[in-house]
Amino acid sequence: MTRAQTTPTPTRVGPGPTTFSPGGIGESVRRPDGVPKVTGEFEFSSDMRLDGMLWGATLRSPHPSARIWSMDLSRAEAMPGVRAVLTHEDVPGRKVYGMETPDQPVLAWDRVRYQGEPVALVAADHPETAKRALGSIRVDYEVLDVVSSAEEALAEGAPELHPSGNLLRHVRIRHGDAEAAEARAEVVVRGEYEIGMQDQAFLGPESGLAVPDGRGGVDLYVATQWLHVDQDQLAESLGLPHDMVRLTLSGVGGAFGGREDLSMQVHACMLALHTERPVKIVYDREESFYGHVHRHPCKMRYEHGATRSGELVYVRASLVLDGGAYASSSTAVVANAARFACGPYRVPNAVLDAYVAYTNNPPCGAMRGFGAVQTCFGYESQMDKLAEKLGMDPIELRLRNAMKEGTRLPTGQKIEGPAPVAELLEKLREMPLPEGPGGGTRDLRELPGGVSNTTHGEGVVRGVGYAVGFKNVGFSEGFDDYSTARVRLSVTDDGPLVEVHTAAAEVGQGLVTVEAQIARTELGVEKVSVLPADTRVGSSGSSSASRQTYMTGGAVKLACEAIRRRLFETVAERHGEDPEGLALENGSVVSDGRFVVALDEILGAEPIEETVVHRHVETFPLDEDGQGDADVTYAFSAHRAVVDVDVELGLVRVVELATAQDVGKALNPQAVEGQIEGGTAQGLGLALLEEIQVRDGRVLNASFTDYLLPTILDMPPVRTEILELADPGAPYGLRGVGEPPNISTPPAVVAALRDATGRELPRMPVRPEALVGIADGPPRRRPQPGSAGYGTLGSLEERRDQ
Amino acid sequence: MEFLRPPSLHEALEAKAAHPEAVPISGGTDLMVEINFDRGRPETVLDLSRVPELAEWERENGHVRVGAGVTYERIIAELGEALPGLAMASRTVGSPQIRNRGTVGGNLGTSSPAGDGLPPLYASEAEVELSSTGGTRRVPVSEFVTGPKRNALRPDELISAFRMPRATGPQQYAKVGTRNAMVIAVCSFGLALCPERGRVEACIGSAGPTPIRTPEAERFVEGVMEEGGLWETRGPIGDAALRRFGEMVQAAARPIDDVRGTAAYRVHAIGVLARRSLGWAWDEYRRGGE
Repeated sequence: MTRAQTTPTPTRVGPGPTTFSPGGIGESVRRPDGVPKVTGEFEFSSDMRLDGMLWGATLRSPHPSARIWSMDLSRAEAMPGVRAVLTHEDVPGRKVYGMETPDQPVLAWDRVRYQGEPVALVAADHPETAKRALGSIRVDYEVLDVVSSAEEALAEGAPELHPSGNLLRHVRIRHGDAEAAEARAEVVVRGEYEIGMQDQAFLGPESGLAVPDGRGGVDLYVATQWLHVDQDQLAESLGLPHDMVRLTLSGVGGAFGGREDLSMQVHACMLALHTERPVKIVYDREESFYGHVHRHPCKMRYEHGATRSGELVYVRASLVLDGGAYASSSTAVVANAARFACGPYRVPNAVLDAYVAYTNNPPCGAMRGFGAVQTCFGYESQMDKLAEKLGMDPIELRLRNAMKEGTRLPTGQKIEGPAPVAELLEKLREMPLPEGPGGGTRDLRELPGGVSNTTHGEGVVRGVGYAVGFKNVGFSEGFDDYSTARVRLSVTDDGPLVEVHTAAAEVGQGLVTVEAQIARTELGVEKVSVLPADTRVGSSGSSSASRQTYMTGGAVKLACEAIRRRLFETVAERHGEDPEGLALENGSVVSDGRFVVALDEILGAEPIEETVVHRHVETFPLDEDGQGDADVTYAFSAHRAVVDVDVELGLVRVVELATAQDVGKALNPQAVEGQIEGGTAQGLGLALLEEIQVRDGRVLNASFTDYLLPTILDMPPVRTEILELADPGAPYGLRGVGEPPNISTPPAVVAALRDATGRELPRMPVRPEALVGIADGPPRRRPQPGSAGYGTLGSLEERRDQ
Repeated sequence: MEFLRPPSLHEALEAKAAHPEAVPISGGTDLMVEINFDRGRPETVLDLSRVPELAEWERENGHVRVGAGVTYERIIAELGEALPGLAMASRTVGSPQIRNRGTVGGNLGTSSPAGDGLPPLYASEAEVELSSTGGTRRVPVSEFVTGPKRNALRPDELISAFRMPRATGPQQYAKVGTRNAMVIAVCSFGLALCPERGRVEACIGSAGPTPIRTPEAERFVEGVMEEGGLWETRGPIGDAALRRFGEMVQAAARPIDDVRGTAAYRVHAIGVLARRSLGWAWDEYRRGGE
């Protein structure tokens, strides 16, 4: 194949630097991408284009479990406009990938383990041509038995998905002496709970553009969460040294954990290197459901023992997570589920077992809340059950057992710094409740069912529920977690300028703004430029685990401090000042408020640049009893949900969500509120709507027609109380913000639904069937062509089978 | 893919005669989803969005004839008084963007049992107007829709309009979906009161292979009204009769389990919707006499 005649002009590749006057920390700063996103001008990764580029497409398995006997590519290869058809044989390096366990084929050979697994790639002049070419590839599959649940996978004699067996990880925590404690328990409650498979449902589908450099290397412009972990895996699978695989972050349309694993990265680079042309891959919405990992479905068995006065004596829990076909980050998710299984309470004795298994279901991995979402539903359901049995107010019971500074977790780790569980609950209790239902309201939009006109007030019952949750901030269990920042202070024609360069992914959370605010605060310079994130600077780690402001914000702060030290040394030398008394304000060096020298003057033509690595405190793996200081620090939030339920139809209108959250320090209060509201909305979605329905390994609702996200008529106003109790070990005392709201919202909503209906509701999302007491569960059979639910279903395998 | 854009109905019909395989498109809110999901790939697409005759509606002695290309948004804005049940159903369709594009003609063409526009048409015994270069025929909607996503349209025909009687009494449309907006019906129910004829007309949506009329339930409640002289006195129907009406409507439903809901739930919910809808319509009728 010949190289394209057109010279690629990367005018539309990657974002430029964002220069602005951000304001300092603690100020509400408008995000620079806000207006462009609202007006449609923001360039997402799927919008990139280059002259002469090809379109890549991915052939996926229609079967959740099958052996591949042969593939016939000849018809696809012969199609005009098709430039490459590649299979596993064309993977230049390691044929498998994975962040923690490299067990996932770049392209399947021999067998496929989940529906939608990539099997072959096509690059063509036009996306339609690529699609047609996929349709002409013949794959001879032998369909195999499906392992369709974690219980099935762990049962004796189950077919093994991987040579290591079906058990991916068992985390065992033994804390205190639960057997002895049982005797002291005067009241015992047991419960079984289940949570379905939520999807991140980011609005910008997986996409990127790979550009060959003509010297055997490749540049990849991609929407991702962690450029360097992508680079590591790309280098392995492409068989190239790191410096020949360079990545630049392009516009990310949401992530929520779903962009931690690779999707199209290796594929696009393979096609680009093979064709020597730029190759773009963009998944469509349906493909996106098959293209990334989901939140782990989880089944939980809990037993709580307490004294009659409501003091927790012991907790037993057994958690079973469905990991799906490949490992992804399952081993870390299951450890989180185990560590936080007792909730933010003082539990002196605990027996906790968490298992995650391989199945033929879609692979599951990281999603906002990362294991803590599942167990929060379990332990908060238990706390309500216990309160009811004790005849206690559910908030009182929680207050009585609330974790504090110094409390030891079941892992033996002591909570350092504030653990304001009681304060958060008190804040919620103080908030006034919204006005009661009825009251002559006739606006359908304020009633369950909304504009669908299902009730004019009939059957509507109000319910109120509370929940509190927590999780770790940053990576745990001994992971070497660090972030790198390069900061440069120079003088331009417009005065002093700070440039901040990190590889940290802005995924919509507002990191770019925070980086600039920190630089401005630390260096007293108005103009700050945040350079595009790429692999020309060291790793910043993942935009995950509520860690990026803590880690990369911390790295920027350290780099600024290093610059300041160097600058002050120079000032001390030249102006005879005591460096200890110097400060930076409005582009000048001052001493006790007295002007010393302007930055322009002292810097002259010599910029100062510092690259600094920020590490959080060391963490440690859990031992065989699940003991160890595995975590850096924790973040806490609490929610109160007020719902109106049409108890005859099982339809719900959430009237209000109120929340209190400790953020340590709100660097950008507006962005903090945005994170809290967004996490709350995603939690509401999980409680009521969002579930990938899987039957025998097949996804039944891979579309936004049937995977329902909350609309503006489903999401109520959020009443927010932000606490700023400094975390002693953190930069500025801040805590992670993004995940906690997603953890405490779902159980609060379900508690409110229980309050309104009196039903047990052991499973989320809560479907109307469950609210009216009609047996719930996934459909017994697949919809048939022409049925009411058929319209948007199951096309993938039908398309391929034909 | 060939894309035909006739500027008039006459030319549209000629195009359809010349290209019987052509798939008509108007708002595109169904067809484009099919194409984007790679579920269908028509060789020829016949764009009807520029045919002025299809975007008109008119009164015809006690009836309204509505062009197949009139959007839901226009039905809401312009036909709320003449066809209140259909206007209510139109309000439950999709988002404002979808209502600005989507048409009842499209609902008819797709013939999905979940089409929100269909139960009101069934309840009021609308006729569908099918045109070809050879002329125009009118088919009752219940005969036009022959099964799930199947209908009596011939390859050389286009749906040009539907025709239904102007409302003479209160009408209702209610739809259950798991989300409070922008949702496909789990099940739905349309109802029309015709006081001058002593008739109650009703139809179940999305709980069977096609929309389903409920003659037994209708006759039952008409009997209740006749017996009590309720049309004249505008007295209350009574809870027992409302409940019985709901049960009889339930008995007519023939739903399945699918991703949107179980059959058992659909049957249950249909009963609630029927009872409530009749109650609301009757309350309105009673208030009308004050």
